[in-house]
Formats: sequence, structure tokens, C-alpha cells
Amino acid sequence: MSDEILRSVEAPINENIPDLRPGDVVSVHVRIKEGNRERIQEFRGTVIRNRKNGNNANFTVRRVASNGIGVERTFLHRSPRIEKVVVERSSHVRRANLYFLRDRVGKATRLKQKIKRK
Amino acid sequence: MLKGLIGKKIGMTQIFDEDGSAVPITLIEAGPCYVTQIRTPQTDAYSAVQLGFEEIKPARLTGGQLGHLNKADAPPLRFLREFRVKETDLKVGDKVTAEVFELGDHVDVIGTSKGKGFAGAMKRHGFSGGPITHGQSDRQRAVGSIGATSGTGRVFKGKRMPGRMGNERVTSANLKVALVDADRNLIGVRGSVPGAKGGLVMIKEARKQ
Repeated sequence: MSDEILRSVEAPINENIPDLRPGDVVSVHVRIKEGNRERIQEFRGTVIRNRKNGNNANFTVRRVASNGIGVERTFLHRSPRIEKVVVERSSHVRRANLYFLRDRVGKATRLKQKIKRK
Repeated sequence: MLKGLIGKKIGMTQIFDEDGSAVPITLIEAGPCYVTQIRTPQTDAYSAVQLGFEEIKPARLTGGQLGHLNKADAPPLRFLREFRVKETDLKVGDKVTAEVFELGDHVDVIGTSKGKGFAGAMKRHGFSGGPITHGQSDRQRAVGSIGATSGTGRVFKGKRMPGRMGNERVTSANLKVALVDADRNLIGVRGSVPGAKGGLVMIKEARKQ
């Protein structure tokens, strides 16, 4: 009973986030407030982790910025700051958490593309 | 004006505020409370408002308790608690709901902490325990020395030692109200609140703001 009350105050599921799988190349559109202005910033990278945990569900996107510096950002699935998430490409991976990508540079970070069958 | 309520802890979760940051909150089922008695300096030598919370079957109360509640025109209530106030415009029989608090208010939440049983000095007082290596045995969670030998010849009063921990009144001060749902008698405060789920808590206006 008390859990139902807790669920009822939590944020609803964000419909603009599709089903994500580790290895997906996604671009996350994030709302950013600058003073009074609001703009959308895109963060493009590989999903290295997708945690399904109800209200606290989150996913981590890794991208390599200039100078080969790896940048990882974790987003809450239900965050109202996420405008939408676009899946650009899926990969064939055999792990749930792709932490091994952190140790790889350049060509070694490529993942085998998975073609979605109908 | 009284800003106080009796409630029950429901549990913790997180919500998003208006700029989208996640806020950890504790949900409290607060009220409706009934004013069951007003203490005045003339009659009781101090001033306070007595609130009652949680309706139960009349058979669960004694005759004396029912009589006291009848006088206030209140339903049978399980808990009665007093809130000290300087002055109040509340009258006996009034109903107090979650609406007394607004978003952004700072409150103190008083509850009974979870009992930890007989706890050692490390858990109870944050002692560091003994060395793990250098040939030590049976010293890892020990209290250490409890005083000098013949110089004092005794252990000082109040020396921190193992013993019963928890199950005592604890106040969480200056919590921000992050959610008010008057229809469902819900209040969400930022941060944690003492006690287990379902535990009785008192919500008051913050004393030190």
C-alpha cells in the first residue's frame, strides 16, 4: 500500500525515450536552461550501461571528445530534462555493461553493427 | 499560528523539481489532525496545542480517552501529541491538514530512530577499533582503554561504551518541504527522516531557520 503511494508521486515514464540497449549509438537531446532562455543540447555517443530500476532507471552514454578524452554522462530515464533520445545504430554486444570500451582507443572501440530484423 | 502535524512515514523516493533536478524526498502521510485540547498559561501554566492523529475503532480506546476526544468533538484517535505554541487562533475540534505547510517551507521532523539493539563502540560512537595487523588478535572492534589505572582508580561517568543504540527520539532539522498534496494528506520533505516506514513522526516549523 505504502509503495503504491510512493509510486504515485514519482515522475511518469518518459515516452520520448525508446528501448535502449548497450552498444546503441544514440543522440540524447537535453534541455539546458541558461538564465531565462532554454535550449537543446545534443549528446551523441554509445550506450555503455542501461539500468532498469523503476524510478531510478538510468543509462550512461560514452563519447570520445577532442584530444581523445572520454566523456561519460549518465541520464535518468524519467528526467524531464531529456527532450528525446534518437537511436542511430545498434551493435552486436555480448555484455550488459560495456566498461571495456574505457580501456580502448581509436579503431578498437568499434562495435559490430546489428541489423534489426523485422 | 500553529504549524505542526502528526504523520506516518511512508518511505523515500525521488522526484524532479521545476528545473528538472532530482530531489530525494521522504513521503509522510500527514494528518488530518484534530485539535483535541488547548493548553493555556491560566489553566496549565504553559501554552500548547494538543493534536490527535489516525482514526481507529472506538473499541480500541479506553473510556477515558473516548471521553477526552468526545469533549473535542473528534473521532476516536490513536495518537495525541502536544505542540508548544505562543498563541494560536485554533479552537478545540478544529481540523489541521497538510495545507498548513507550503512548498519551500523549512520544517523539523521528529521521530523515533530504528532500534539497533546492543551495539558496539564502533557502531554506536564511531570509534576506530583496534589494529588489524601486527599480531593482534580479538582487537579489531574493541573499545580500547577506558581510563587510567590507580591515578583515578575508576571509570569516568558518561564514558562512551557499547550499549543500547537507537529507538530514541531524533529530530531531523531544517528539511525543505518539496511536495504537498492536501487531497491525499501527503507531505514530502527533502532528505531523510528518523524511524522505520510506518513510524510516527511529528512535523513542526523549523526552529532554527
